[in-house]
Parts: sequence; structure tokens; C-alpha cells
Amino acid sequence: MSIKILFEMFPIALMFASPIIIAALGGLFSERSGVVNIALEGIMMVGAFSAATVTVLLEESTVLAPWLGLAAGLVAGIVFSLLHAVASVNMRADQTISGTALNILAGGLTVYLCQIIFRQQRTRAFSNGIQKVTVPLLEKIPVLGRMFFIENYPTFFLAIFLVFFTWILVYKTPFGLRLRSCGEHPQAAASMGINVAWMRYFGVMASGALAGLAGGIMVLTADIQYTLVTIHGTGFIALASLVFGKWNPFGVLGAGLFFGFSTALSFYAKDITFLASLPGEFFYALPYVLTIVALVVFAGKSVGPKAAGQIYDSGRR
Amino acid sequence: MTKRREKILLPLLAVLLGFILGSLIVIATGRSPVAMFAAMVKGFSGLDIINDVPWNTRYIGEFVINAMPIILTGLAFAFASRTGLFSIGAEGQLMVGSLAATAVALLVQAPRFIHLPLVLMASILAGALWGAVPGFLKARFNVHEVTVSIMMNYIALHLNNFVILNIFGSQDKVKTAFFPETALLKSPFLQSITRGSRLNWGFIPVILALVVFSFIINKTTFGYSLRAVGYNKDASRYAGMKVNRNIVLSMMIAGAFAGLAGSVITVGTFNFGRAMSAAEGYGFDGIAVALVGGNEASGILFAGMLFGMLKSAQPLMQSQGIPREIAGIIQASIVLFVAMRYGIKMLLERFKKQQAVTADGDRA
Amino acid sequence: MGYIIEMLNITKDFPGIRANDNVTLQVEERSIHALLGENGAGKSTLMSILFGLYKAEQGSIRIRGKEVSIEDPNVATSLGIGMVHQHFKLVQNFTVTENIVLGSEPRKGILLDTRSAEKKVESISKLYGLAVDPRAKIEDISVGMQQRVEILKMLYRDAEILIFDEPTAVLTPQEIHELMQIMRRLVEEGKTIVLITHKLKEIKAVADRCTVLRRGRCVGTVPVASTTEEQMAEMMVGREVNFHVEKGAAAPKDVLLRIRDLDVKNSKGLLGVKKLSLEVRAGEILGLCGIDGNGQTELIQAITGLAKAESGHIFLREKEITNLPIRERLDLGLGHIPEDRHRHGLVLDFNLDENLVLHNYMQRPFASWGVLNKKAIKDNAARLIEEFDVRSGQGAATPARSMSGGNQQKAIVAREIDRSPDVFIVAQPTRGLDVGAIEYIHKRIVAERDKGKAILLASLELDEIMDVSDRIAVIHEGEIVGIVQAAQTDENELGLMMSGSLRKTPKGGQA
Repeated sequence: MSIKILFEMFPIALMFASPIIIAALGGLFSERSGVVNIALEGIMMVGAFSAATVTVLLEESTVLAPWLGLAAGLVAGIVFSLLHAVASVNMRADQTISGTALNILAGGLTVYLCQIIFRQQRTRAFSNGIQKVTVPLLEKIPVLGRMFFIENYPTFFLAIFLVFFTWILVYKTPFGLRLRSCGEHPQAAASMGINVAWMRYFGVMASGALAGLAGGIMVLTADIQYTLVTIHGTGFIALASLVFGKWNPFGVLGAGLFFGFSTALSFYAKDITFLASLPGEFFYALPYVLTIVALVVFAGKSVGPKAAGQIYDSGRR
Repeated sequence: MTKRREKILLPLLAVLLGFILGSLIVIATGRSPVAMFAAMVKGFSGLDIINDVPWNTRYIGEFVINAMPIILTGLAFAFASRTGLFSIGAEGQLMVGSLAATAVALLVQAPRFIHLPLVLMASILAGALWGAVPGFLKARFNVHEVTVSIMMNYIALHLNNFVILNIFGSQDKVKTAFFPETALLKSPFLQSITRGSRLNWGFIPVILALVVFSFIINKTTFGYSLRAVGYNKDASRYAGMKVNRNIVLSMMIAGAFAGLAGSVITVGTFNFGRAMSAAEGYGFDGIAVALVGGNEASGILFAGMLFGMLKSAQPLMQSQGIPREIAGIIQASIVLFVAMRYGIKMLLERFKKQQAVTADGDRA
Repeated sequence: MGYIIEMLNITKDFPGIRANDNVTLQVEERSIHALLGENGAGKSTLMSILFGLYKAEQGSIRIRGKEVSIEDPNVATSLGIGMVHQHFKLVQNFTVTENIVLGSEPRKGILLDTRSAEKKVESISKLYGLAVDPRAKIEDISVGMQQRVEILKMLYRDAEILIFDEPTAVLTPQEIHELMQIMRRLVEEGKTIVLITHKLKEIKAVADRCTVLRRGRCVGTVPVASTTEEQMAEMMVGREVNFHVEKGAAAPKDVLLRIRDLDVKNSKGLLGVKKLSLEVRAGEILGLCGIDGNGQTELIQAITGLAKAESGHIFLREKEITNLPIRERLDLGLGHIPEDRHRHGLVLDFNLDENLVLHNYMQRPFASWGVLNKKAIKDNAARLIEEFDVRSGQGAATPARSMSGGNQQKAIVAREIDRSPDVFIVAQPTRGLDVGAIEYIHKRIVAERDKGKAILLASLELDEIMDVSDRIAVIHEGEIVGIVQAAQTDENELGLMMSGSLRKTPKGGQA
């Protein structure tokens, strides 16, 4: 494998990694608050649909359309995730079932609305998604410049920013301490006067915002329109990154980059001699196989939030 | 409410709420809910309640076709559920079942009475093996079966595509060569009485599966120990049951039901193997079916027919100008409402109490 | 001295039961006030009302003479009321400081000010002589230390009134002694303490006054100094209590259970039982006593097959069962009343009849050819309900979950005794039960002994061990440190052995 191919792979890999990282951070907020969120996939679909739709509808009138699209994805993600919050916090629903329902709902709802708005099974194609940028000055840094700062999507920098932001918020502030306590031992949190329901709402809504944003980023960088298969399992890979990254923001960053590269590799495999003989499906399946391996390796060491998935019943203390 | 009544009434209420929500969405987007319900009636009975067209039994055949696989994936989810396991893996188990059926259909040459059972057995076995993986990892390493079975679904998808495209050599990048007649569930008789629908003998294994499910769970000592493990692993171990073995077996039997669904589709509804861009959602339909059916065979039969009806109404809705995806929306809302049933019950009880209080107030 | 807490005429209903019925509690400032009652007498409910977890239907609460309405724990906290719960509410992977400041954290800008938090925790800890390391993680410190963290949580929030809910249940005698000293220290510093307990000795040791509850009603309040334990016991139970178990002398015969050099790992992967040897004979009850967490659970689980033996041997009669599957041990004549009846003893979502065949559902007449015989299962339940006086609302079809703790335990006892095992492992058979059920279960255990069974009785209640056993084996850090005749020992001697400061092996040096 030549160095040239490696450098070429970087923008593609980072493009795939960004939505995985951001959606996984969303999952981190939700699970740290004690709500398992397997609906990341569905929320990403809703975010992607909203972002694509707003971009298509506004791109005639403003060059900011893709960015407004991202904002729309974020907001739509929050609204959609509220269903999960109501079901799992107020209505004592099993969080896995509720998340599954949201995943089914997202597929139906987005294509239904496509049919209503665009009279077809997908959104209209947008002419411009998010544009790649070259960062002045930083591009001159040897090696690193070519990897990160030439012809790259700015959304990757957003992902990096969000990793640090999440780390500070969750691990360095009083708010983060309270959030984590709800995911570890909600009865303890409640006995200290913390409103567990509210914290869990925040966790789920944050996951909605981030996964919605991630969906928007995905459709506006890696696609030309929203279709039923735009997200094709990325939400589940984000979930896998969360497990792989041990529910920690930097772990999530590493896992997201890893999965981003393994996706990019499937495009470049035929140019790389020792990988050329492997079929593309091998690379598609790789993240899922690795996740199972990771789960087995981590088995027994409980690294996730202890109370994630538990219904918190304020009557039972 | 007694427990028994509750178990029937709450899902029915959830179904009702789902249909109401679906109707509201149809109205909000400027379409007619009447047309939607007419499509549903026609979808399972072939009767057109709006237009004056003759009774068309083809729809009944297609309705049964739609209900068959999701009853099986419903049984798959329910069986694991009864052992306290949450398997999202029916999707992948169905796919490897379908793949195994394709392989045996294409590679084996035999008379129908040998070939067809072989095809079905292969799919059952493949589904069971695929289900054994999350079961084994759960039993041996205590790895959560939800995450593993989601991952197994995607692995199955890519495995299926790889084999179909690279080994069975599809010409058009989508499907394999046609299967020989000896491998098919096809029945000219059933087709003729349903005006050329795709109805086939697949319903016989489905009915057998329902009976087997109910018998194992309710009547056998094995079913007793599965239920005991489902409710309380520690007590089951204390009483000398082999908990880990039960977990693996339960996931395998669940996988067998889903695997069978794969062959019912592949050698019943179709007659060739297919590569797919994404899963077709039968596994998730099964979750809906099992939840609404209360994890009981009889309930699953009814819920399977309900969602089968929704599926077969889809093209009819589309032709009425109502996007077919409304069916998925209704189904998802029903699942969401069923998931919220304890919350709904709580709300109902609170409401009743308030009613009682105001009634007292009126009297005073 | 005035009353700091007055709970007047409190009534609280739960569905189907009146938990508190016109209860009045008045607590003097700077005193230790005990709240005594059996399980289910309404002590915890009353204190939960004071702490704002439940709302009373009737009655009023006055704090420092002022009538208050305590809507939730935050109101209680602002009134200076704090509670040390029986089950600690601590986040295991947080530090001591993080647990203490949670909910009212010192800040530096938007960030958590960990350093000043640790300083404050350290200074409070010093003031009351608690000696807690503010930087330690909860999962790494002992149960006694964890309890002090709970106490610190309240002191950090300037609590004046401290409620302790059964605080000694999980502590070693040494830790109990230290806790008593801490309590006295707290009162010296101006705090008021309410102590919820059913242990009379502790009340005698530390409390000033005592209010007794029985079946939700207030029986009376007495000064502790001038009231005997017997008098308080009688108030608690409602009749004269004879704590002594009626039984004749034991007639031990052959050794039925023999344990040789047994090693068992505990949940932390360390050896919880070390080179342990023990014998139990037909026709005797061997009591196993020790401080919680000294290897009792590991020993019992290794005998019954729930835990793996690392090395050593276990024989039932002459047959080695060390590595046999659980089912085979049961078939060889092993019986087991598990210490946690909800976790191990019952499938709570099964009906009573299904629970009563948990071991032998696959044997005739309950099944043939792998198919269940529901009628036989029902008949079996009806017979056992009758014989063991198990009270259940819908007979055989009663969901186990809906039964009272005492009747759940009776059902387990019925199932196990009916199997008629030769070797009977009985763990914590009366935990959380009322006096009537305790007496009944003790009687049945003694009756089994008289039928010639070998019984190993493990209990954390020293009284139970001394009353029911014929011989007593004391376990300390996974080793048997002494075996004594029940009739020839006393609490003092057992206590010394339990803490490891005395070793005593019977003549001949053989266990």
C-alpha cells in the first residue's frame, strides 16, 4: 500500500467517521443518564431526511441551505427522540422495545413524508451538500496537514469539538456528575434531590440532537439525497462504537475513526494488493464482527452504566 | 382488571390507538382515512366496500402470504422472550435460513417429497445455528444478546449478498437462477382458487410451528424449565436446571422458527435467491407480532394476521394516493403503545380514581 | 428539653393494608430515640413519611415546634433531616467525595471544584472521628466505611436530625461498637438520632427512649434505662415471648456430610473459604455462625453446587459430590433452604403450585414422557398447603409474588422438607419473618433432626444459632476457628471467635 493511497483515504475515512462519532456521543449522553438508546439508527434517519429536505427546499434562496439543513436535522432529532423519552421515562416502557419501535417508525415516517412532499420514495437530490474546506496555514503542517486540513469536511472538526465538549460536560462539571449518577444508581441520585426523570429527558434529548445532527451530516456529505438506505446501519455502528469505546468520549472517538477507516478501506481495497482478493462484503461486515469480538473481550468487566435500561420507578425506593 | 383480561385488553387498546394515530397522520397530510380502511378491508378479504367491483379472492391469498413469515418471526421473538431473552436477531436468522434454502434448492437434485423437506430442514438448521451464536455468547460470556443479535443481522445480510453474488453467480446482480420445481412450496391448486395469487403450501409449516410452540412452552417439562429460567435464572440453577443450556437451546429454537420463515419466503413466495440492499424488516415485524400477541401462540396467530393485513393493504393504499409507508407507521405506533402498556394502565387507573372522587363529590 | 420532632396521629394506607394507624412519635432534642417493632410493624413507613418519601393520609408533623409539610426529601433536607438507608444509596464507581457532594457540589466557574469538596469532606470526617478517605472509590472500601459515607452525606448538608434505618444489620460486632460510639459523639455535638431497629440489645446499649410499634399501631414509649429487654420484647410481639426452642437432647449417629480441605473462591476471585473441614452427623443440627461475609455463603454454595470448589472434597454419606451437577446432588439426598428466598428460593412469577415442584417437575407423577401433569402438580400443592399451613389467597393458583414473606418461606420449607433430604442445608431461614413464623420454622427444623437428618444451619442471628443448634461451628475469614457445644457456650465466647481473637477446637483436634 502506497503512502499516497493512505493520504487519499483520509478525507473519505473522516467523512464516514464523523457521523459515527457524533451519533455515538449522543448514545453516550442517553446511556450515561440511564436510558438505553438503540433508536440511534432511526433518529439518524429522521435527521438525515429533515436535513436533506430543508437543503433541497432552501438551496434556491440561500447558500447557507446545508447548514440550515443540519440545524433542521438536529431539531428533528430532538423532537423524534422525545417519543423515546416519554415512553421510557414516563410510561415505563421497555427501552429496547421502545427504541425498536422508533427505528421502525423512522423508516415509515421519512419515506411517507417524502411521498407527500416530493411524490417519490426519496427526497429530491440537492445540488450542493456540505463543501470540503482547506484550512489555511494548518495545511502547511507536514504530514498532519495532508491528513486533516486539506480538502476535508468541516464536520469532522465539529465532531472533534463535540468529543472535547462532551468530555468536559460529562466528567468535569456538577451537571455531568449528576447525569452519570442517574445512569449508575438512580435511587441514590434521587435521594440527593436530583430529578432523575428530568436528567433522563436531557440524556435522551441530547442523544436526539446529536444523532439527528449526525444523520444530517451523513446525508449532506456522503449522499446526494435521502433514501431509505442512506443511513444503512450507521446508527448501529455508532452504538457499537459506544460499546467499543467503553462509554467514554475519547474511546468513542477512537472507535469511530476505526470504523470510518474500515468503511473507507472497502472502497480502496482493490488498490491495495494484499486486500484486493477480499470481497467488499467482508469490509461491510467487519465492524459488526469486530463489535462482537469486543463484547466478548470486555465480557464480565462491566464498563457500561450500571442502571442503563432500568425503569426508574420513583415509588420504589 | 384480572391478569388474563389485562393481557388481552391492553394490546387491543394499543392497536386501537395505533390506528387512530395513523388516521390522524393521514388526515393531517390531506388524504382520506376512509380510503385507507377500505384498502385494509380489501387487503384481507378481497371485498371492495367503496367501488362496485366483484369479489377478488386473489387478495385473500396474498394476505395469507404476507401473514405467514411474520407469524414465524413472531414465534421466534416470543420463544426467546419466554426464556427472558430479547432477541432482535430474527432478521438475520431469516436471511441465513433463506440462504440455506437457496443453497439446497439449487445444489440438490431429488424428487419433491425429499427435496422440499430438505430445503425446509436446511433453513431451520441454519436459523438455529445463527441463533446459537448470541445464545452461546450470552451463556458463556454473559454478553448482551440484543447487541450481538443486531450485529449478527448485518453480518447475515452481507454474507447472504456475498454468497448470492459470488457463489451462485447472479446475472443481474440481484437474484440467482430459478429453483427447480421440486424445491418449491408452489401449489397450482391453491393458486387457482385464489385467482392466481402466490398462495402456497407454506401455511402448513406455519400452523405446525404454532402448535409446536404452544406445546413446548405450555405442556412440556422443557417448557417449564425455559419459563423458570426466563423468570428467575438463579432459582432455576438452585433447583438443578441447566440454565446455560436452556439459554442456548431457547435461542436456537427461536432461530429455527425465523430460519423457517426464510424458506417459506424464498421457496414459497419467490422461486429464486435474492441479494438485498437492506433487511426487509420481517424480524422487526415479528417483534410487533409477538408483543401484540402477548407471546402466546393464539395471540401471535391473530397479531400476525393483523399485521399481514396491513402489509397486503400497502399496494392498495398506494394506488389510492396514500403512501404505503403508513402501514409501517401504524405498526410502529402499535409497538410503541404496547411497550407503554404499564404506563397506560397506570394512567387509566389514575383516571378511574379521579372519576370516582368526582362522583363522590357530586353525591355530596 | 423540648421535642425536636413531633409526628402526631399519623395514618398511612397502602392498597389493602394500613401501615400506620394513628401513630404518635415525639423525640427529644439531643437524644437517641429508638423505634422498635417487628418487620412490617410500620417503622420504615413512619420514617419515610418524616423523610418525605411518602405522604400520610392523616396527622401532622412538627419540627422544632413548627408545623411543617414535608413534600419530598428536599424539604426534609432543608429542615435538617437526614436518613441513613438500610440499603446504602451510593454510586459504586464514584469516589467518597463525589458521593457526598452529589446534588450540592462546590463549583469553580462551571466546573466541579473537586479539591475544595475533598477538603470539606475531610474536615467534617475529622470533627466526628469518622476517618474516611475522601478520594477512595466506594467499591474499594468496607461496608462499615460505606455507612460512614452515608453519615457524612447528611453532615455535609448540615443535618440536625439523623434517621438510622436498621444500621447494624450489615456490620461486624466491632463495627457495631464503633457505630455506637459515633452515635454518642454525634449527640454530644448537638445532633438528634432516631434509630430504627428490632434488636433489643442495641437499644439497651445506646438509646435514651424507645417507641414500640406493632402492626402499624403505637404500643407505647418507654425510657430505656428503666425497662427490661423482656418488657420491650413483649410490647413488640404482643404476648409473652419464649425465645427458647423446645427440643430434646440430640442423638447424633453416622456422619452424613463430610467436608475435607475445601477451597472456594468468592465473587472477587479471592479464596472465600480456605482449607475448610467440617462434619455433620445424622440427628444433629450444626450451627454455622460468623460475621456476614466470612465465607458462609461460599461454603453453602459449594456444598449445594451453586459455586465451584477450587480444591478439596465434599462427601454425602460415602459418595463424593464435590463436582457433581446440582441435580445429581439433589437426587442423592441434599436439601437446601437458600439464604435469599427471592433470588434463589422461588420463581416469583410462577404460581404457588409450580413453585412447589421446582426440583422434581420432571419426575412422576408430575410429568411423564416430558409432558407435565398439571393435575398432579395441583394436588401436590393442595397437600403441602394443608400440611404446612401456607396461607395464600387463591390456593395453589396464587402467584408467589403476592404472598407474604412468611408464607413464601413456609412454602420453601414445605417443598424442601417434603423431599425428605438426608442432608439439609438451611441458610437464614427466618430472616425478616415475624415471631410466629420464626417459631414454626424452628419447630419444623428440630422435627427433621429428630427424624435423623443431618442439618447445617447458617444464620447471622446469634440467638437463632444458640437456640436451635446442638453444636456450633464458628467461621472466620473462610476458616473454622472453633466448634463448641451449644449448651456450653455463650455469646461472649462466640463473639471472640467470630472476630478471630479466639480459637477453639474440640478435644482430639478433629473438626
